[in-house]
Amino acid sequence: MASLPKLRVQTEEFDAGGELNLFTQSQFGMGAVVSFSGIVRDVTGGLQSLEIEHYPGMTERAIESILVEAVSRWDLGDALVIHRYGSIPVGAPIMMVATAAPHRSDAFQAAEFLMDYLKSRAPFWKKEVTRQGADWVAAQDHDEDALKRW
Amino acid sequence: MKLDVLYFAWLRERIGLGQECVETNAETVSDLVKELRAREDRYDLAFSDLASVRVAVDQELTSFDAPLSDAREVAFFPPMTGG
Repeated sequence: MASLPKLRVQTEEFDAGGELNLFTQSQFGMGAVVSFSGIVRDVTGGLQSLEIEHYPGMTERAIESILVEAVSRWDLGDALVIHRYGSIPVGAPIMMVATAAPHRSDAFQAAEFLMDYLKSRAPFWKKEVTRQGADWVAAQDHDEDALKRW
Repeated sequence: MKLDVLYFAWLRERIGLGQECVETNAETVSDLVKELRAREDRYDLAFSDLASVRVAVDQELTSFDAPLSDAREVAFFPPMTGG
């Protein structure tokens, strides 16, 4: 890696476009930047917000080890992970990843790998808050299955 | 030995606390779970379906047969839902 991967775990809202511009501008000699942002989506029509809990300390360690794994597998120049916790309203960003690489294939694959692992190996738990009450989001089998392709 | 035991998400809610210090001679995570379940109904209920519980020892994901020698912190939580 030309520079240290960037990791932020925070409650504050962030501007995914602004973060992506800063990330892109800080690269040297990279031919490809790929990014993904996750946004709170109201699937059932009654969602008010997501409450995200995490395990301070382990969260950072788990994401750092996922980043190290990504760097060992692909030719990456840089990577960025921002993940929020706390209360996040519908329509607001939850998290983003960005990768920079000399070639697009490495950037695309590393970004997908980071997302698949963040889903089921980073210690975050989502709770959906509706007018009727609040319920924990169950992990999906297909999220666990997605790890097998790597 | 003294262990910091942490609970997250619905485990925290069912047990009613997020963290406690536990004095134990448990050799493995499974032994510790047995001790906790024997304490009170709320623990027994929280650990009734271990297929939906994950464990980390000193902030590393591990299995229920993992040894606790030298462990300082054990955390129990449901499967993670990040991203």
